[in-house]
Formats: sequence, C-alpha cells, structure tokens
Amino acid sequence: MSIITTRRAALLGTAGLAGATLAAPAIAQRAPIRLGGLTTLEGPFATGGQDAYRCVQMELERINSTIGGRRIEFIRESSNAQADVALARARKLIEQDNVDIILGPLSGAEGIALRDYSRTLTGKTIVNGSSGAADTTLRNPSPNFFRFSTDGTQWMAGLGNHVFRQMNIREVAVSAGDYAFPYAQVFGFNIEYCRAGGRVQHYWAPLGTTDFSAQIAQINRSSAGAVVVVHGGTDGLAFMTQYAQSGGNKPLIAGSIMADQTMLSARGPHRRVMVGMISGGPIADVIDDPTWREFVERYRRRWLNEGGFQSPSIHGVNYTTNLYGILHALREVDGDLGNNQEAFQRALAAARITAPTGAAVRLDHNRQAISDIFLNRIEERDGRAQVVAFARAEGVNQTLNTPEQQFLALGAPSRDNPGCVPAAS
Amino acid sequence: MRRGIAIAAALLLLALPWLLHAVLPANQAGFWTGNILGRALVFGIIAMSLTFLATYGGFVSLAQMMIAGVAGYTLAIFVEGAVPRIVGGAGYALAIPLGVLAATLMGLLVGAIAVRTRDIYLLMITLSLSMGVFRFVETNITWFNGYEGIRNVVGPSLWGLDFRNPWVFYHVTLGTAVLLFAGVMYLVRSPFGLVLQGIRDNPRRVAALGYNVALHRIAAFGVAGFIAGCGGVLATIYNIGISPGTIGLGATVNVLIMAVIGGLGHPVGAFLGSFIFTVFDTFAATVYDRDRFNTLIGIVFLVIVLASPDGVLGVGTRLRRLLGRRAADK
Repeated sequence: MSIITTRRAALLGTAGLAGATLAAPAIAQRAPIRLGGLTTLEGPFATGGQDAYRCVQMELERINSTIGGRRIEFIRESSNAQADVALARARKLIEQDNVDIILGPLSGAEGIALRDYSRTLTGKTIVNGSSGAADTTLRNPSPNFFRFSTDGTQWMAGLGNHVFRQMNIREVAVSAGDYAFPYAQVFGFNIEYCRAGGRVQHYWAPLGTTDFSAQIAQINRSSAGAVVVVHGGTDGLAFMTQYAQSGGNKPLIAGSIMADQTMLSARGPHRRVMVGMISGGPIADVIDDPTWREFVERYRRRWLNEGGFQSPSIHGVNYTTNLYGILHALREVDGDLGNNQEAFQRALAAARITAPTGAAVRLDHNRQAISDIFLNRIEERDGRAQVVAFARAEGVNQTLNTPEQQFLALGAPSRDNPGCVPAAS
Repeated sequence: MRRGIAIAAALLLLALPWLLHAVLPANQAGFWTGNILGRALVFGIIAMSLTFLATYGGFVSLAQMMIAGVAGYTLAIFVEGAVPRIVGGAGYALAIPLGVLAATLMGLLVGAIAVRTRDIYLLMITLSLSMGVFRFVETNITWFNGYEGIRNVVGPSLWGLDFRNPWVFYHVTLGTAVLLFAGVMYLVRSPFGLVLQGIRDNPRRVAALGYNVALHRIAAFGVAGFIAGCGGVLATIYNIGISPGTIGLGATVNVLIMAVIGGLGHPVGAFLGSFIFTVFDTFAATVYDRDRFNTLIGIVFLVIVLASPDGVLGVGTRLRRLLGRRAADK
C-alpha cells in the first residue's frame, strides 16, 4: 500500500511543477532573444567557468543587453566538466528554457557531446564557449555548431619553428599528460618541430601524477636541449617544483595552460625556473595591442574588487570571443532569428570579428576559427611574473596551414600518434 | 486488488506523455517526457539493480553504475556509426544484446570477486572495482577512446519510429522498466529469491540447509548486472554516446543517492528516488542561486533521509501508521 500512496504523491508533485511552468508568458513577436550560457561552476575548472561568466556579463552590460532592438536574456547553467552532465544541461536550456542560442561549453569532452546534440536540433545554434578539442569541428562537424575560439593544436602554432630556428635546439624532451588535451598540444608542437628537422623524446604521465622524479632524472641525463612541458593544473605545478628541486637547467617550453596566473601566483621553487619560459596560446597577460589593453582595463575596473583576476583568464577571453561572434551576427540580421535561424547562421559563418586580444577572427568551412596565436615569454614585470607576448602568428587555421587532406591523413592526436613526421625530402 | 492498482499505475504512466501534452506547451511536454521521466526511468533501472541486491540480498554494491557503463561501452564499441569506430559493423539488434551480456558477465565477475565480503568491506571492494574500470577506460585510447569517450550512438529506429523522439524513447524505456520490475517481483518469490532472502537474514543457516551460498550470491550479482546493463544501454543511447565521466565517482554516488532517498525497502523506491533526483538535478539551478545550487540538492536529500531513514517509501508507511493510530484512538 505504501507504494501506491507515494506514487500518487509523486504524480501530484509532477502536476504542481507542470502548473508552475505553464505560467511562462507566450512568445511575442519582438520578444527577447534567449541566450543560454553553459560553463563549469563546479569541478576542476570552476574558477575558469566563473571567469567566463564574469566576462560575458561585463560585455552584455556594456551593450545594455540589447541588440537589433531586442533584449538579450542570459540564462546561466552549470556543469561539472563531464560530457553527460553538459548534455543534460544543454537539453534543459533548449527544451525547457526555450533558448535560441547556447554559448558553451568549457571543456573538450563536453564540446564533442554538445556538437553531437546540436546535430539533432533544427532552428537552434550552439556557439562554443572555451572547449578546445580539435575533433569538435575537424572531424564530423555539425552544421549547428560554431567555434570562434581556436583549439589546443592551433595554440602551439609557431612554437616548434621558434624552438628549432630561433633557439637553435635540435632535440627536445616532451613531458605531457596522458589525455586528449595534451595530445592535441604535443601534436601541434611536433608538426612544426619535426618537419623542421627536430628530434623528440616523449615522456607521458597520467592525469593526477604527483611524483615526476624518475621522469625528471631521465630528462636531465638525456641529450635533449630543452624540455617541453604540457601538464595541467596541479600536475604542472608538481613537475615544475620537482624540476627546480632537481637542479634542472634546460630551457623550458610549455603548453598553453602552463603559462597561467594560477601557476605563477603559487609560491614555491618553480617560479625560479619558470621565468624565461616560452609558450604558445591565444592570450597573454601583456599583449602590445590597444584592443587588449582597453579590455583588460575594463575587466579590472569591473571585477578586481569582486573576485576577478589581475588579468582575464583564457576561458574568459574564449567565451568573450565567441560572444562577439554571436553579437556580430545578431547585429547583421537585426535580431531576426526567424526561418529556423537560417539568416543568423549564415551571418555567423561569414562573421569577421576582432577578439578581445586584438586578433582578427574568421571561420573556415567547418565553422572553426582562423585566428592569431601568440608566442609568449614569462618575465618579471611590476614585481610579479607575467606572461608577455613577444611574437604573433597571424591567421592560423585548424590544420596549422598544412593542406586539410594531408593533415587529416595524419590521424587524430594520441599517445601513439604524437604528430612527429619529418618533412618528406 | 493490488494487481489492479499496479495495472492502473502502468496505464497512467503509459498515458503520461499525452497528459503532459495537454497541460504543457509542446516543447516542454517533450522535455518532461524525454529528459525528466525518460531519464528518471533509465537511472531508476540502474538504481533498481542496486535496490534489488540491497533489499533481497543485503548487499550494497557501488559497482552498478560501472556495470551499466560496461554495457554502454560494449554497445558503443560494436555498433555501426559510433565515432570513433572501434570495432563497428554490428547493428543495434546485435550490439544491444552484446552490451547486456557483457554487463551480466561483469556482474558475475564482481559478485565472484566480492563473494567473501559483507557490509563496509563489500562497499569498499565494489567501489574500488568501479574506480579501477573508470581509470582504465579514461586512459585507454585503443578500445575506449580515453577521456573523450565514444560518441554518436544515436539508437535504432523501431518500425520507422526514431529513437531520438522523446515519446518513442519514453515508451521503450517504460516498457523495459516494467518488464524488469515485474521480473524482479517474480524472481524474489521464486525459490531462488527466497534463498537469497535467507542469505540476507542468516547465511550460516542457509548453508546448513545445504544451499551453496556463494553461488547464490554470485548469481544475484549476475541478475543485478543484467538489470544494470539494460539501464546502461538506454543511458548510452540517451546520452548519444558514453565517456568515462558517466561511470566516474560522481555518477556512482548518484545511483546510491537515488536508491537511498527512494528507499531500499522495495524496488519501486529506486524509481521514486531517481525521479526526485532528476527533478532536483534539473531545476535546482533555476530555483536557487546558480553558483550554489548543489547546496539545495544536498539539503533536500538530507531532509528526506533525516525525516525518513528508509527513504520516500518509508514516508508512506509512517503516514499510514500515524493515520491508523489516530483512527484506532477514535
């Protein structure tokens, strides 16, 4: 009997909730544009997710949340960087909250899940937040998924050539995390470096490794002229600390998430070896560009007293770049999302925008950004270590400017396929 | 009378999408059908595999989500059209039974490994098994495509009805859930089920009567593996693929939470629990601060377990006892 009572209660509850949602107003002609935000406010990337919403909120406030005579309603959702959670949230945004456009998600596996989901939709658009897996747009792209930010492989553009030609180093040791994002970054580095004639020795470590001493001992003894480090978060900190403690003195080259304020603001011996470290990525703390200086100024004015960073994070900038893409296209079509968003999606595909970093952005035929990548060096400035851009590779596309068929033939990046193919001679 | 009510409830569940359609706008009715009720049923099936073991065998296993994941991964590895293609070539008609079979075997294996443990030790060994599988699929690229998992498992078309349609998905899931539920109710009244309950109450006495306790335990884990496998296949199709996050620590604990808040006294508790969980998981961020909605979810679950240690199921019993006492006083 107890079962029956509770089932009735559950059904009553359902009816109650259903009644509550009925009260939502009917959609009028010039109703607000509903923009759904999806980022991670829980889990390992929570600080990046918070910064993403800071930047989006700041840019929406700047235009008074109005475009083409229509108000923009921003509906925020949060996942925990897991693909199935991101998918459940995206479904809620589209089907329950009835949003027109989703801005998000933040991490790689989420991006691929949402790309697949977007393929099942008509008249809805998903614009990437900060996820950087190459395959999201490179293989099996979806017509409803757009990405105005660059991917993990693109972020390494120019680094391999710089190490081989400018630094004159003929052999490197790569220490990298054993998962998708480092694979993509190592791939991007190797493509250039090996083609130029460099030799690479790989050392992989699973995500969450705390003891790198055996690896570092091997690296220090090897003939490598430099160390390329592509670890994330606490793994990176552990590697750098142990490298400094072991007296490592080879020049350091790093992936995009290593040269980051979260690493630089942590105390410890790693700071000594990190000054002078070279890295590649879509942003830096200091970029000699008026657009960037103005953006950083605005960010600090708005957020420095409300928990913001000294300088906007990589996730904040990626979300902003993608938001710029959406706003540009909405302006082009005068806020008209009719006809299954056909005109809007055409405007998105044709958009030419300027990212907060001052980089020009346009999309390729897979709706993936072609944009500028910065070469950065860590320097002591104003009494603290900062990431300073010293060179800029313009118009880097997803295949690092190799012909697409040739690039695709190399296969997807993995531990067994790190992209090290010498130039055909 | 009991059977009559059960049939009425099943009919009501069957008609629910149309009732929802009558009271909600079209897209929201679809959302409730597919993503609240459908998702609740899918996870209810996985939670029921735990409830079955806990209620009738006294084994609380934390491996059930991992076992469901084994079915999901097997399906994704063999089915044609999945990205990336690992083996491929099989249709859904072959890949789905393969998935359920793999989960059943994994259930038997977990049961065999954990056969000598009880209580907290059983909990620990099943948890470590599921974390081991989780770490393995997260780092293995060749078979499981590592961190990104295997995508694009869109589900079959049934007689021209697309699985991605929420109504089709809901009814297939409902049918599966009802069949499995009826199967569990039948099984626990069979000699096997009675022996299982005997093991729960006093394994030594059951052994003295001449039954092979270990074999019965392993078989019970096999049955639970079959149930979890059915849920895993549906969850994979629902999520259009599978990635390690689906079987991670969070997901494992969520299944336990569903079973506990629903109540471990009866298999139906699993479905009540997963329904409550799904509703709060989906809407907590709407009704409460977006940065801290997990607090609300936690408080609600705490209140349920505090007010009624045997879950939502216990609330009904308690109420009835209260009303009964009042009637007796008069």
